[in-house]
Amino acid sequence: MRSLAYTRFELVRTFRNVRLLVFSFGFPLVLYFLIAAPNRHEHNFNGSGISIPLYYMVGLVAFGAMTALISSGARIAIERTDGWTRQLRITPLATSAYFGAKVITGYTLAALTITLLYASGVSLGVSLSAERWLEMTGLIIVALIPFAALGIFLGHLLTADSIGPAIGGSVSLLALVSGTWFPIGSHGILHDVGQFLPSYWLVRASHVGVGGQAWSATGWIVIAAWTVTLAALARFAYRRDTRRV
Amino acid sequence: MMTTINLERDVELHGATKRFRAHGTVVPAVRGIDVSIASGETVALLGPNGAGKSTTIDMLLGLIAPDRGTVSLFGRPPAQAVARGQIGAMLQVGALIRDVTPRELLQMTASLYPSALNVEDTLELVGIADIADRRTHKLSGGQAQRVRFALALVSDPALLILDEPTVGMDVEARRGFWASVRQFAARGKTVIFATHYLDEADAYADRVILMAHGRVVADGPTSEIRARVGSRTIRATLPDANRTALASLPGVTAADRRGEAVVLKCSDSDAAIRALLAAYPEARDIEIAGAGLEEAFVELTADGDETSPPTDRQEVLV
Repeated sequence: MRSLAYTRFELVRTFRNVRLLVFSFGFPLVLYFLIAAPNRHEHNFNGSGISIPLYYMVGLVAFGAMTALISSGARIAIERTDGWTRQLRITPLATSAYFGAKVITGYTLAALTITLLYASGVSLGVSLSAERWLEMTGLIIVALIPFAALGIFLGHLLTADSIGPAIGGSVSLLALVSGTWFPIGSHGILHDVGQFLPSYWLVRASHVGVGGQAWSATGWIVIAAWTVTLAALARFAYRRDTRRV
Repeated sequence: MMTTINLERDVELHGATKRFRAHGTVVPAVRGIDVSIASGETVALLGPNGAGKSTTIDMLLGLIAPDRGTVSLFGRPPAQAVARGQIGAMLQVGALIRDVTPRELLQMTASLYPSALNVEDTLELVGIADIADRRTHKLSGGQAQRVRFALALVSDPALLILDEPTVGMDVEARRGFWASVRQFAARGKTVIFATHYLDEADAYADRVILMAHGRVVADGPTSEIRARVGSRTIRATLPDANRTALASLPGVTAADRRGEAVVLKCSDSDAAIRALLAAYPEARDIEIAGAGLEEAFVELTADGDETSPPTDRQEVLV
């Protein structure tokens, strides 16, 4: 009950923040329509046999959902600056309930971003089998776990004035090297580095929608390793973060 | 670690020490304090900025661990007392979390505690029922401060800790605030508040713990603190008197010269003035002033040698 009360509180707060919602949902949608709408009849992007509306739908789903989860860090950094985190720590709220609320809120925003992009894709003629939709979505949900932990970690590590560039920079970089914007191929330096990043497997998960294969064992291992590492770091950062900011 | 647990003692600090690292140097914030507070006491932690009050409060709340020494609340580590919901606190920060109303904030907070007060009653008690449905970021500083007080109270804690609670409140709000604190304390609850307002410590605390440079320099009933540094001073124009001779007059604890005038600190000003006039009939412009807590405060926390305990300084004065 306690953890649910705090989760509900977080959700209410988040959904009242109109600016947050406009940018979280608006940015990926605007980007999608800017890229995909003029090229809606291009069905052979870069000779891949994939339509542009489909390619960028799955790409922006990875980008938008990743952003939604990492951005919980920005809200945490502001709450710390306001002294709210210290106020919470002198209540009996358990660490797990606090993390739970942050993760659920982040996932709710991510789920809405994904749904809106799917709907936009369909409006531009994207059509997939039910199996594809489900497999893609399921893998994306798993691949987002490390990003939920990353957001909490960054939020408790950085301050309100440094978190913006940190999140913007890491999301852009991860999206770029993981093939969100253009295919990175199956060899070369981007691919070699990329396959050790959780974002690479997030994009691979979304590419199930463009006919890609589900994850190999490497994918599961990379995601699990990042989840464990980032969750430990998030816990550590939260534990030591008791000073006045 | 403590070997015995005294259940009547709500708060125990033994040799609590905390240093911070800043720019490569180690800054001692609290230098070994021993404090014991009984159930039902209202205690003021009084001291100038940098005295170590907030660090002490952070240690009490388990937000920071002491480098040395022990802190216990109700015979347990602070974190356990917090987890049991025994502590309510108002920290020294101005802002409230955004995008909610005070009522929602109180309801959520109340739900975290085993035996919280009724939210509507708390809104009334603190006098914020009229702003209960406004958004928190639209409240004035004083209103936000009262909401934060309500957050500390709604859990109906056994121990209430307030860090500089009235900063930013106007006179009216301050009066209302202290009335609520008194009402709360009257139910047998323990209250600790940090302040640098002497009048607040004087008016609302049973006991004052005076801190300076990370140490407790005085600890006792407010009246005792006042008595401790001589209750009165005599000031007179007396150009030729010897300072040592003046200091040895009956009832005088210290003598100081300021130009043509002398200032005598007295433990018994009646005896001192008789002796002064008998020995120096030429003394003129005589003033006898009562020392408020203000002077006790200046005396005990005066910036002297940072490394020596302030008690040394008193000996120098005598």
